[in-house]
Amino acid sequence: MSVAQTHSGERASARRLRLRRWGQHGGLLIGGALLACAIVMALCAPLLAPADPYLQELGARLKPPVWAEGGSWANPLGTDQLGRDYLSRLIYGSRISLLIGLGTVAIGGAIGITLGLLAGFFGGRVDMVISFIVTARLAMPVMLVALAVVGLVGSSLTVVILVLGLLLWDQFAIVTRTAVRQIRDLDYIAAARAVGSSTPSIILREALPNVTGPILVVVTLEMAHAILLEAALSFLGLGVQPPLPSWGLMIAEGRDYIFFTPWVIAIPGAALFLLVLGINLFGDGVRDVTAPGGR
Amino acid sequence: MARYAMQRFILALAVAVAVSIISFAILRVSTDLAQALAGEAANQEEVEQIRIAYGLDRPLYVQYFAWLGDIARGDFGESYYFREPVAGLILDRLPLTFTLAGMSLLLALIIALPLGVLAALHHNSWIDRLCLGIAVVGQAMPSFWFALMLIFVFAVTLQVVPLSGGDTWQGLILPAVVLAYYATPAIMRLTRAGMIEVLASDYIRTARAKGLSSASILVKHALRNAVMPVVALAAVKFGFLLGGSTIVETVFALDGIGYLSWESIQRADFPVVQSIVLLFSLIFVFLTFASDILNAWVDPRVRV
Repeated sequence: MSVAQTHSGERASARRLRLRRWGQHGGLLIGGALLACAIVMALCAPLLAPADPYLQELGARLKPPVWAEGGSWANPLGTDQLGRDYLSRLIYGSRISLLIGLGTVAIGGAIGITLGLLAGFFGGRVDMVISFIVTARLAMPVMLVALAVVGLVGSSLTVVILVLGLLLWDQFAIVTRTAVRQIRDLDYIAAARAVGSSTPSIILREALPNVTGPILVVVTLEMAHAILLEAALSFLGLGVQPPLPSWGLMIAEGRDYIFFTPWVIAIPGAALFLLVLGINLFGDGVRDVTAPGGR
Repeated sequence: MARYAMQRFILALAVAVAVSIISFAILRVSTDLAQALAGEAANQEEVEQIRIAYGLDRPLYVQYFAWLGDIARGDFGESYYFREPVAGLILDRLPLTFTLAGMSLLLALIIALPLGVLAALHHNSWIDRLCLGIAVVGQAMPSFWFALMLIFVFAVTLQVVPLSGGDTWQGLILPAVVLAYYATPAIMRLTRAGMIEVLASDYIRTARAKGLSSASILVKHALRNAVMPVVALAAVKFGFLLGGSTIVETVFALDGIGYLSWESIQRADFPVVQSIVLLFSLIFVFLTFASDILNAWVDPRVRV
């Protein structure tokens, strides 16, 4: 009884320690807060947006934001070149960025983690072949290939997600492979084999759950990467198409007005920057907290 | 060493072949080229005529080997848009893109090396945190947005550099700064990590014990060993900078390969796009090979 109590007491204090470690990591908190803001914006866009993001009002084009001369609370961030409320477009734009990030990571993660698990677990020939595929993939210029394929297939949100997902799996493969190699020869894997678990079951039940830490870090990095790439593609006119309020597209549309109304490119750019910064800080924080030795 | 170099060379060759197959395949399955060439309005018959005229009716592997054979002879095909050999179009623009990438790399090294060394010397101090901050901010900033902001501040408001164009070297300053900013964090981090490792090693302690001056230890013993991996990384980064030229050249309206690639994609000028993808990939493969050899030459442990 007393042994059990001490044990549960220890576990509770370990949990408290872990919580404190999460709570004390500045970058993790800031990153988490920025990310949470973006997620709330995306989920509650219809509630938060003051106006319809697609409603054009040609009489009220390029109105300045509220803090500038001539701005008003009717359009807190002003309006774009078609008189659409900029704040509303910004809020709805967070949906596109997060969708791109999550979709890309889902596809890229599935491919990369599978390859990494196979390469790390089996080693030998399998590892050689998969490492070769990864090397070949790394030699391809991501931006150029993505542009070319989206340009030739035709651009849409789905195509962008698919193309980015099929390109951004290399880091998942590399990190998973390394992590699995480290645990492959540990006792509990041997134990699982001894009790008669099948190889697929060992890979999925024993290996995979023990490499989630490093994978989570890659998830954040590649999400940030995908969001920046989508913005760049949309900016170059070969990504998400108008009238969707992609932040990259908003910057492209505001480009002609850089002389007189620089805020139309400054605002969506700042939003992109904060979101990507948040995701990166969060990822770095998770790495520090889950693997303090690996800094 | 020779054996290691040979192994690396064979690997690089294999990767080059794989890359050529991939770049051929992905662009080919992305679209029906005959249809794209004929245009939306063309009827079925016209599309088929074009398919035969351009040899697109042959099996894919036949087309691939024909393409590879042409490239081996230096024939990269003819641009659908310019009606000129692709090789010439690329060669005309190569100097600009290479100059830009070279300038960026130089700038990145000038910024990253001293900062990395300082951060390592004053481990966990404010300068270390400043370097980390620069890296974190650099990774989060969209390059095209950074470029537009620089244009707004330096070309529109202050008017210290020309708005666009690569005719003068001043026109290359802003594009080089944008590209350099993306190469800086990785180089800085590697310099810092390398210096920290080297400074903690036995031979530095020995040098200190011998009573050598700090400056002499830093430059002769530490920096020389820490900097070689950085040089190797810089080679690889040059490849990345070429890839990044698409965005930067488009924003600054520089008529280099990056801009050509963007325009060609929009015009469905297939031979040009394919050649540029292949060229950038091959350059990257070569640079990776060179950097592997460089690393192995400096650090014999790598060869094992």
